[in-house]
Amino acid sequence: MNRVVVTLVGKDHTGIIAAVCSYFAENDINILDIKQTTVQEYINMMMIVDVEKCTMQFSDIVKGLEKVGENVSCIIKAQHAEIFDMMHRI
Amino acid sequence: MVELNEVFETSTMIRDENLDVRTITMGIGLLDCCDSDLDALCDKIYKKITTSAKDLVRVGDEIGLDFGIPVINKRVAVTPVSIIGASACKTCKDFVKIAETLEKAALSTGVNFIGGYSALVQKGMSAADKMLIESIPYALSRTEHVCGSVSLASTKTGIDMDAVKLMGRVIKETAEATKDRDSIGCAKLVVFCNPADDNPFMAGAFHGVTETDTVINVGVSGPGVVKKAVSRAKGENFEVLCETIKKTAFKVTRVGQLVAKEASRRLNVPFGIVDLSLAPTPAVGDSIADIIQEMGMECVGAPGTTAALAILNDQVKKGGVMASSYVGGLSGAFIPVSEDRSMAHAAEIGALSLEKLEAMTCVCSVGLDMVPIPGDTSAETISGIIADEMAIGMINQKTTAVRIIPVCGKKAGDRAEFGGLLGSSPIMQVSKYGCKDFIDRGGRIPAPIHSFKN
Repeated sequence: MNRVVVTLVGKDHTGIIAAVCSYFAENDINILDIKQTTVQEYINMMMIVDVEKCTMQFSDIVKGLEKVGENVSCIIKAQHAEIFDMMHRI
Repeated sequence: MVELNEVFETSTMIRDENLDVRTITMGIGLLDCCDSDLDALCDKIYKKITTSAKDLVRVGDEIGLDFGIPVINKRVAVTPVSIIGASACKTCKDFVKIAETLEKAALSTGVNFIGGYSALVQKGMSAADKMLIESIPYALSRTEHVCGSVSLASTKTGIDMDAVKLMGRVIKETAEATKDRDSIGCAKLVVFCNPADDNPFMAGAFHGVTETDTVINVGVSGPGVVKKAVSRAKGENFEVLCETIKKTAFKVTRVGQLVAKEASRRLNVPFGIVDLSLAPTPAVGDSIADIIQEMGMECVGAPGTTAALAILNDQVKKGGVMASSYVGGLSGAFIPVSEDRSMAHAAEIGALSLEKLEAMTCVCSVGLDMVPIPGDTSAETISGIIADEMAIGMINQKTTAVRIIPVCGKKAGDRAEFGGLLGSSPIMQVSKYGCKDFIDRGGRIPAPIHSFKN
């Protein structure tokens, strides 16, 4: 398993999660967990995904997600999960 | 599994609070390059550096991308050149040739600084040490990426006052040699008491002779993150304040540990240490002075500043030590003037004097750092400033340093512009009273006694 944390922030509207999920489906990226909150009209979402089966370079996944973000007017970032585990777990 | 709030806490640190990994520094031992033929020596040095560090910049950038954390600088530190060049170099010019070789290696590997144009003379200067020191103005004015450092004192040996005197003149000459760019050569030159063999930060990084052949050392950063955390503890007592800084330092250092381990694995080079230093930049929100002000000072330099800095320095260490398997380098809070926007501002409005800065260096990690002073300051006065700082380090068993820039043609109150991470600052006032007779005495100040601590 190769876990990646994807974060998304932006103004909420219909189809944001659908767009991100379609991107994952197209590229053989499996979703392990989704959490989100909306504060007023803004959405904060986090997904933990497994990129083990994805054949793309990680840098291309990052770029692809940035593009999806542009299409749905949100900022989407992808980072390997270790940085969060290291910072928040002893 | 991590929680949503934890993920967004990390993201906010990186996006809004300037959290980054300041430097991955590869230490490269050059002892096996020693040769009595200068050309052969330079060839071996070039090959060793360009082979060992060929993937450093690429791997640093890849790690930055994978973890979504900027890795700002990729650097190389080498064995002190006065040792490496001792048998090959007969003149100062010979040493400058090694500096030019280091420059070429820096350009080839793409690193933004290469440190180790250094001499360790805390007890005395060999002929090679003296030649290297005399060559510093030429070496630093003819190269862009080479950094020099000279160790002048230690708690175990005392202070080499002959070398302190010499460095006063060398700093003046380095300033003169780069006067067209606000004497920027001096920004690449630092003198030390009790230097660290594994310091990843420039200008003082060198690869100590007690180190293994190649090693990865990482310097973290994060003044913005600490400042934000301190602002959330507004009005709370010192217990809460200290706990807040400690917890934040832990989190920041964990990122450094991750990056260091990963760089070590990908480059197949042993992991050395993580340096816990809080290193500011001239960027808004990346300032040590801002943290001190957030702790309750009207302006950095006000009474209470030294105590606040002592708290910050100690709590950063306490939090960071548990976050990393090996801690080393300088590990504390840097207080450069020109590289920290709010420090420079405090100097500008007269809140921060050179004397207060000196007091602050008694409790911070390094010393007088990036302090521009009037260009007409005498070599003896510069030596006096250095001697004071060396004495603080020697007596208190800590690393202290002086990176001071006598800016040619400028006087107190004028502004020096160094550009980039080196920033800009007003020229600070230096005492008009001299110390020539003291400096002219020559010889060594003996090592201090370690009992009767008062």
